[in-house]
Amino acid sequence: MSRIAAKFSALQSQNRKALIPFITAGDPEPGQTLPLMRALVAGGADIIELGVPFSDPMADGPTIQRASERALAYGVSLRIVLGMVHEFRKVDATTPVVLMGYANPVEAYGLENFARDAQAAGVDGVLIVDYPPEECAEFSRVMKAVGIDPIFLLAPTSVEARFADVAQLGSGYIYYVSLKGVTGSATIDLDEVARRIPAIRAQVGMPVGVGFGIRDAVSAARIASVADAVVIGSKIIETIEQAPAGTAPALVTAFLREVRAAMDKREQA
Amino acid sequence: MQVNEYNMPDDRGHFGKYGGIFVAETLIPALAELNAAYEQAQKDPEFRAEFEDELEHYVGRPSPIYHAKRWSQLLGGAQIYLKREDLNHTGAHKINNCIGQALLARRMGKPRVIAETGAGQHGVATATVAARYGMDCVVYMGSEDIRRQAANVYRMKLLGAKVVPVESGSKTLKDALNEAMRDWVTNIADTFYIIGTVAGPHPYPMMVRDFQAVIGRECLGQMSALAGRQPDQVIACVGGGSNAMGIFYDYIPHTDVKLVGVEAAGHGIESGKHAASLTAGRPGVLHGNRTYLLQDANGQIIETHSISAGLDYPGVGPEHAWLKDSGRAEYVTVTDDEALAAFHDLCGYEGIIPALESSHALAYAKRLAPTLAQDRILLVNLSGRGDKDMHTVAEKSGIQF
Ligand SMILES: Cc1ncc(COP(=O)(O)O)c(C=O)c1O
Repeated sequence: MSRIAAKFSALQSQNRKALIPFITAGDPEPGQTLPLMRALVAGGADIIELGVPFSDPMADGPTIQRASERALAYGVSLRIVLGMVHEFRKVDATTPVVLMGYANPVEAYGLENFARDAQAAGVDGVLIVDYPPEECAEFSRVMKAVGIDPIFLLAPTSVEARFADVAQLGSGYIYYVSLKGVTGSATIDLDEVARRIPAIRAQVGMPVGVGFGIRDAVSAARIASVADAVVIGSKIIETIEQAPAGTAPALVTAFLREVRAAMDKREQA
Repeated sequence: MQVNEYNMPDDRGHFGKYGGIFVAETLIPALAELNAAYEQAQKDPEFRAEFEDELEHYVGRPSPIYHAKRWSQLLGGAQIYLKREDLNHTGAHKINNCIGQALLARRMGKPRVIAETGAGQHGVATATVAARYGMDCVVYMGSEDIRRQAANVYRMKLLGAKVVPVESGSKTLKDALNEAMRDWVTNIADTFYIIGTVAGPHPYPMMVRDFQAVIGRECLGQMSALAGRQPDQVIACVGGGSNAMGIFYDYIPHTDVKLVGVEAAGHGIESGKHAASLTAGRPGVLHGNRTYLLQDANGQIIETHSISAGLDYPGVGPEHAWLKDSGRAEYVTVTDDEALAAFHDLCGYEGIIPALESSHALAYAKRLAPTLAQDRILLVNLSGRGDKDMHTVAEKSGIQF
């Protein structure tokens, strides 16, 4: 069983939902990524989504764009990100790591080479934002061949016909982007999410995580009551951005603990 | 190669291994909606009639072909003919596509149009049609380009458009395109994104090509009438590639006509400061399609340089990538200095001030013509006029305004 599947089945047996924080690798500088990843785990992260910086992050709002630019200023490449995961694996053998990024750095690396090196580094899942299912049968096959879960997005605008494509090509979990727009924008439509999730979960046969627009413990807890996982990105990046020097890991841990507590309380209720 | 049965792209927008739809899931339904609407419009004689009527009465088509006899004679070789897209309303070929997409937007009931622009030509053309059809218009433009192209920024504002500066990344055209995509994904319900070149996700490369194909279609008839035959070579500059696709498209099955795209070599390919994606790039994925890209070893998109802002783009339309690999078209490069020299030639010998973009195509004709016999014919797409470039050229020549 993959680390991601094992994580979801363990959570399910405890009647808990997954907390999946997102940070951009190399933000605010490469030396901070490992401490921040450990801080996420200390705060209650079940899975870490690690952003691979790209020069043209078309699907991201200003917050994650800035994170990407800060990392790129240090020359953080996909190869360096894999090195970071490798270092993380030396201190944490259980927390799944999902890389999230854009197609071009992966294609420049070479799909087969990337799959081999990501597997060796201890990567568990890969989500390529600009790879919709119709363009990546090959990507899905190559990732699955090395035991890495190819993770796909669904959106409020997705028609049901797409659920089947995603179910066939994807594994691990489905990432439901909860609003129309880019990362970090607006607020989330909780009713819409509550309405869509059961049908999606039934059709894709995988856990469904919800992300985009979740910024605090209250909305996280409400999402946790309908979805299998809660993804939080921009709010964490902002916390890192605004933290006085040296305090980011502690602040991130504190923020996640609060979210975690709210999510778990719901489950006991 | 079966160019006689040329029917690219396939139904998912692939030109061989290039093109396609590489966008986040949030955009997929919008592209499907656009594709369906375009397919339907294309089959509707009323839509086509309206498009053609607008091209005739608003744009001023057909644009003439002009035999640049004096310049040809001075160069002492092949005859150079110019397809005068510079005489279109707003001064470039960009308006052909904007009319088509704005009519489609109206048909789809979208009251708001957005666009990206580099030099400002596509922004001006979009603002123009938005005014003409009574639509709200927002144009995204890199803050660096806003500084370089102040006159066009003012033009867009006069026409009622809102110009939004883009501060991310390199603050140029590619970043403006990213920002326009972000706007579109957020405002899908009421917004139509008018992309300015044959790039972006399917159906854009195909749709923009179809709207620009009027250029080559006219040339076929005009060349027969003027010269009694088709040209030996058709030459066009390539930024994203829309004026080139426009003039190439109907010539693709005419395999005895050589098609040549001219990319911007900036300070020279070896200097690294250029915008020659097909010549010096590698295939990759950007802005929704697979094509040749200027990128570093890690797959990050690199900044480009050209004296002409309209060619300053690190990608290129996917159909050109296919035409290059298949050998049906050839792609060459011209430096800033060569383009400037051709610019001055056309001013001085023909009384035509060309756009700096188009001057790249002219410069290649200038290089080639003397090597060919006098009965050879080169047809150059003069994609735009150079009024917008006065400042750049004056600066280069050390002239103060
Ligand atoms: C006059 C002119 N020619 C050419 C171009 C380059 O675009 P494309 O390669 O899409 O024709 C531009 C772009 O702004 C332009 O203004």
